[in-house]
Amino acid sequence: MNTRALPLYATIVIFLLAYLLCWLQFPNILSTRVIGNLLTDNAYLGIVAVGMTLVILSGGIDLSVGSVIAFSGVFIAVVLRDTALHPLVVFALLLMLTTAFGAAMGFLIDRLAMPAFIVTLAGMFLARGAAYMLSIESVPIQHPFYETLQKAYWLMPGKGRLTLIGVLMLLTVLAGMVIAHKTRFGASVYALGGGEATARLMGVRRGRTTMLVYGFSGLMAGLSGIVFSIYTGSGYSLATVGTELTAIAAVVIGGTLLTGGAGYMFGTLVGVLTMGLIQTYIVFDGTLSSWWTKIVIGVLLLVFILLQKGLLKLSQTRLAAGG
Amino acid sequence: MLLSIRSLTKTFPGTRALDGVDFDLAAGEVHALLGENGAGKSTLIKCLTGAYHRDGGTVALDGAEIAPRSTVEAQDLGIGTVYQEVNLLPNLTVAQNLMFGREPRRWGLIDSRAMRAEARDMLGHYGLQIDVDRDLGSYSVAIRQIIAIARAVALSGKVLILDEPTASLDAREVEMVFDVVRGLRQRGLGIVFVSHFLDQVFELTDRVTVLRNGRKIVTERTADLDRVRLIEHMLGRAMEHEVEELASEEGPVGRPDLLAFENFGRRGMIKPFDLTVGQGEVVGLAGLLGSGRTESAELMFGLHAASGTARDPQGALDLNSPRAAIAAGFGFAPEDRKTDGIVADLSIRENIILGLQARRGWARPVSRAEQNRLADDYIRRLDIRTSGREKAIGDLSGGNQQKVVLARWLAMNPRFLILDEPTRGIDVGAHAEILRLIHELTDAGMSVLVISSEIDELVAVADRVIVLRDRRHVAELSGSRVTGAEIMRAIAQSDAKGEGAAA
Repeated sequence: MNTRALPLYATIVIFLLAYLLCWLQFPNILSTRVIGNLLTDNAYLGIVAVGMTLVILSGGIDLSVGSVIAFSGVFIAVVLRDTALHPLVVFALLLMLTTAFGAAMGFLIDRLAMPAFIVTLAGMFLARGAAYMLSIESVPIQHPFYETLQKAYWLMPGKGRLTLIGVLMLLTVLAGMVIAHKTRFGASVYALGGGEATARLMGVRRGRTTMLVYGFSGLMAGLSGIVFSIYTGSGYSLATVGTELTAIAAVVIGGTLLTGGAGYMFGTLVGVLTMGLIQTYIVFDGTLSSWWTKIVIGVLLLVFILLQKGLLKLSQTRLAAGG
Repeated sequence: MLLSIRSLTKTFPGTRALDGVDFDLAAGEVHALLGENGAGKSTLIKCLTGAYHRDGGTVALDGAEIAPRSTVEAQDLGIGTVYQEVNLLPNLTVAQNLMFGREPRRWGLIDSRAMRAEARDMLGHYGLQIDVDRDLGSYSVAIRQIIAIARAVALSGKVLILDEPTASLDAREVEMVFDVVRGLRQRGLGIVFVSHFLDQVFELTDRVTVLRNGRKIVTERTADLDRVRLIEHMLGRAMEHEVEELASEEGPVGRPDLLAFENFGRRGMIKPFDLTVGQGEVVGLAGLLGSGRTESAELMFGLHAASGTARDPQGALDLNSPRAAIAAGFGFAPEDRKTDGIVADLSIRENIILGLQARRGWARPVSRAEQNRLADDYIRRLDIRTSGREKAIGDLSGGNQQKVVLARWLAMNPRFLILDEPTRGIDVGAHAEILRLIHELTDAGMSVLVISSEIDELVAVADRVIVLRDRRHVAELSGSRVTGAEIMRAIAQSDAKGEGAAA
């Protein structure tokens, strides 16, 4: 049996089990309304987690994304307030900006041979600072086009709303799956995560791949920022503090190895939904403190890290036994 | 000639790694490249694969001069390499590894089905029928090695360099890889085979080239060579005569046993052995690279858990960790001084007191005055050439670094000191000094175990020599039998049982 996909199966099984438990207590949780909300509420997280998955697969980490999301919201709100540009033009500008920002971090990580942790930590402060510079207060977005975006949804049977941003998240995951599993670039990312020296021997262009990976993460952070601004209808420089860590948690719960080189994009979606499900359960229960979300996520993370360690040990002992 | 190298030269700061080396490789031949550590094998290979750029000489492939600047460029020219550490990715599938960088695509996306089919087809040529969709990491090293060969051949196709491909395989797996190599020879590839298992060299190769100290010693047809001469070529017989006269005359008589190791061994490292060490005795370990010399020493020093028992006259010894071994009065100066022996950025003083301080624990620091006294004392006694005790040890020459490592152990006053290749990379003068130092120590009652690939050095310093081959202790020579010729013969003796490399 291939041990590679085991964490993914484990993630899916845990998600389904959790859903089953919730359903036994609150049958309503299976309604399309709840499912629609689950997708909508976690759309921004799912999108940014797609970028994070690729980064982690390459053996890196990107701590800047939370700040980039906040910056994106403020940028959009301020530009829409102060200029007459159409939101679509602003979106395009923003995505170029965040992609370039990510690619620049990737360039530094590769050229200076610096740990991604430090470079993206600097990026995190930089982006947050830039957001403060644009505006310290929350800036509401009032634009007819935004209202159209916010009201765009498809009514599912059972009156659940499949919103535009929810669909966008699913499409992003799909695109992430194609990039990670179906392109040479994706193969290079896995190779880098599996062993940098070996990857270079096999002909991976490290500099280019690293820049593309962090550029992609920046693009996803920008897209997530757009989605978040549609979701909240405003731009606030103090928003999404710590979202990068939530995204990393979702990726790991999704079965991706934190050291890189192994994991599936689809797992990340399941990871995001698992975290969303816990939150939904707490809302349904009504008596539990919202801190329980964090506690359960903490426990889940621990379980997954142990699971991965265990699997690693298992495959090693099997190899040693000549299996 | 398929590949023809003329007066290849490569220098690094301080050493000349390759000195006018000639090497020829014909199509359809397996050519062994032999030599001990530091002989220049890997430098030669790296010049061929583009990892290093040569300083002088010519390399011609099919008559045209080449100068690859990267592994990829060398591959495109036709030179592929398979290293000992398998150079593929265990986290990708077999098919992904085989087709990496050349995946068949449809509409810009990887066509997984075509990729699997092509990978299966490639492996079919090597008689390997495995599930190409499984992770490479789930297969044995032998199969990974064959996959690496398949990839290298598919990418390059003229010259295949095998750098110790069998180092971690068992006898059956070695046969598997050899069958593949023979098949490639028939297809007309030129194959360079690097190995330190002589049995394998005689079994597989057509010609042999021996390097020593960056020079080509000889190229001969394998069939015309016998083992003793080959080993003589590899080990050489150059040593200062001054030292040879220091060889102790007295036999091993009358020395009380200090330590006795019984049934000491570990699966996959070294077959269990018995060894006694007398008070004030120098025991030498001889053998080729990979014969299990260092492994024996590491077991005795508790670096790995060993089967069997160790005892001294007072009773059984606990040697479960280096810490326990040090507590039992052991010392170990490892082979790779740079990474295992010294802390390059710390000063000479700090390096000397390191072991002493570690034994006393953090709560009882060695006072600065005591440190200075110890450092100055050893700098004088061992004649360490330095401008002062505060100089970083990394700035010293190899010989002086080795003396500092010795000083560290002497400061702890051990009763049993293990020296693994104590004179490697050390100039001739310091060489003789270190050997003289060993004699001084044993005169004072310390027992010493010396590992060396220089036979004359062992003859000069050891009272008794244990010979190792294929990870087993195969002979013990003492008294008048400790001679270069005897040791050489013991190393060369072909293995009657016909066992390959240990697993």
